[in-house]
Amino acid sequence: MSNIGKAFENKKAFIAFITCGDPDLETTVEVVKEAVKNGADLIELGIPFSDPTAEGPTIQGANLRALTGGVTTDKIFDMVKELRKDVSVPMVFMTYANVVFSYGAERFIKTCSEIGIDGIILPDLPYEEKEEFHPVCAKYGVDLISLIAPTSENRIARIAKDAEGFIYVVSSLGVTGTRSEIKTDLESIVKAIRENTDVPCAIGFGISRPEQAKKMADISDGAIVGSAIIKIIEKYGKDSPKYVGEYVKSMKDAIA
Amino acid sequence: MSNQNGRFGIHGGQYIPETLMNAVIELEEAYNHYKNDPEFNKELETLFNEYAGRPSRLYYAEKMTKDLGGAKIYLKREDLNHTGAHKINNVLGQALLAKKMGKTRLIAETGAGQHGVATATAAALMGMECVVFMGEEDTRRQALNVYKMKLLGAEVVPVTTGTATLKDAVSEAMREWTSRISDTHYCLGSVMGPHPFPTIVRDFQAVISKEIKEQILKKEGRLPDVVMACVGGGSNAIGTFYNFIEDKEVQLIGCEAAGRGVDTFETAATIATGKLGIFHGMKSYFCQDEYGQIAPVYSISAGLDYPGIGPEHAYLNDIGRTQYVPVTDDEAVNAFEYLSRTEGIIPAIESSHALAHAMKIAPSMDKDKIIVITISGRGDKDCAAIARYRGENINE
Repeated sequence: MSNIGKAFENKKAFIAFITCGDPDLETTVEVVKEAVKNGADLIELGIPFSDPTAEGPTIQGANLRALTGGVTTDKIFDMVKELRKDVSVPMVFMTYANVVFSYGAERFIKTCSEIGIDGIILPDLPYEEKEEFHPVCAKYGVDLISLIAPTSENRIARIAKDAEGFIYVVSSLGVTGTRSEIKTDLESIVKAIRENTDVPCAIGFGISRPEQAKKMADISDGAIVGSAIIKIIEKYGKDSPKYVGEYVKSMKDAIA
Repeated sequence: MSNQNGRFGIHGGQYIPETLMNAVIELEEAYNHYKNDPEFNKELETLFNEYAGRPSRLYYAEKMTKDLGGAKIYLKREDLNHTGAHKINNVLGQALLAKKMGKTRLIAETGAGQHGVATATAAALMGMECVVFMGEEDTRRQALNVYKMKLLGAEVVPVTTGTATLKDAVSEAMREWTSRISDTHYCLGSVMGPHPFPTIVRDFQAVISKEIKEQILKKEGRLPDVVMACVGGGSNAIGTFYNFIEDKEVQLIGCEAAGRGVDTFETAATIATGKLGIFHGMKSYFCQDEYGQIAPVYSISAGLDYPGIGPEHAYLNDIGRTQYVPVTDDEAVNAFEYLSRTEGIIPAIESSHALAHAMKIAPSMDKDKIIVITISGRGDKDCAAIARYRGENINE
């Protein structure tokens, strides 16, 4: 089992997504620490991309604010090194294929393993294109996280069988962002996943409220929250760490 | 040219969210079925001929030829198609395919507005719903096309993210597609995006080179020496090149938009200034910074104002089969005015990039050489912007 598995040991996992450098990297460090202190079991660190095609307006805004602030992949690597002195929960990067590709897959993934990044999520890298990065990920022991969507249907078994770390189950059609209601038949999707793998699966996209998180975590092994956290950071800026902490606690308490 | 996984050499592929994978697989299966279906092809040919006005003329530009004093110049008049550009070829093909697949709604991105107008037109003809995503900056540059799309019954969504131009319109159309797949076909306008789009769009545009070949053989009894077209994503260029790729004696030249010059940041010349990357579903060349952030490109031409190039072009460049040259705003505007004055043909500012390069090379070529330039569209839509470029304000 990879380090990521620890996030799911004997409990439902709460996974927090944070865009690095929104509004600056110092704030990101404090937000992560507060989230972990208040119960986040796994941290997804977003490396901003100029054209995040899988994101809704909230996370698009965070990407833009971070890039405008001058954040780069190298500065984020340095930040993670610092963060690892205090934070021991699993951490993964969430970014787009071109960020990894342009840095050089080998150089990027090797650095991930050296600074304590346990996995990578790339929403524009489907199963068919995994070979682009998977051999390098395997070489350095960094999990390449698979996504399964409401439209995956006949693809679920294949994706699940090869999955590692955890499986990111996309709750709804469309892009990231909070939703009042999630209508997908997620029980069936999770059932199909579990028939094919023991790798834990967590549900994300559209989750913002404690009762939604509880419902999703009851069905699966955990809940992933991004846009709702980004909204708090957008609202409070440098003062956001304590507010994110309070929010994470309310979500974690709901699913525990 | 592409292999099973939609690769052109190392380029192409399917770098898209899992949510869209079954949709592109379904599209590929449907396309592979219908492309060999005689009934589908007959219907499409009828639409091409009776509705779009094909075959388009191959016109001998005698005055231009004499004025430049070198190679004989022919213009492939895609500007004479219904809706005024080559875009209709691809759109009629995709709309018909979507209809056969049971889709009732078309979405599209547009830069200059030509692809948007073509998609709105096909949707009106076939009784389908239509939503077009267009960068807000482009809705201002091409206000007339916005009006036309609405007139044709389409909804136009101005995109305000990023640089508010073509790349952002593509991103937004992709986002829309992930949220509504079952009844919706994404009618992509160029030879880009994830497989199978670069192949499908190329096949529907290949009618351009098929006709050029027949027409030039009839007029001149031989193949041309140079065939050229402008390149943004590259759909009119690939259509112009495709049936000549195996004719090694025919030189193929794609003309990229250099904007204010390839040594400035205000350029959209991907082959000249870009590097290998992964974006908008494909591996190809893209204008980007050292960390892979996509560059905010610029060109006077909204249709060429795109930071990437289709994967088949990237491959043709790699193997040296096609040459790509940068052409600046200034050169394109000069060519726009030159063709209007010399031949009484107002070309699209996009096509003017190809004309500008022809004006550079034709004079030094022998008189028995032949150049074919595709005029991808008409220039009515550009008149206000060119007037502004020249410091003149006309009320559209």
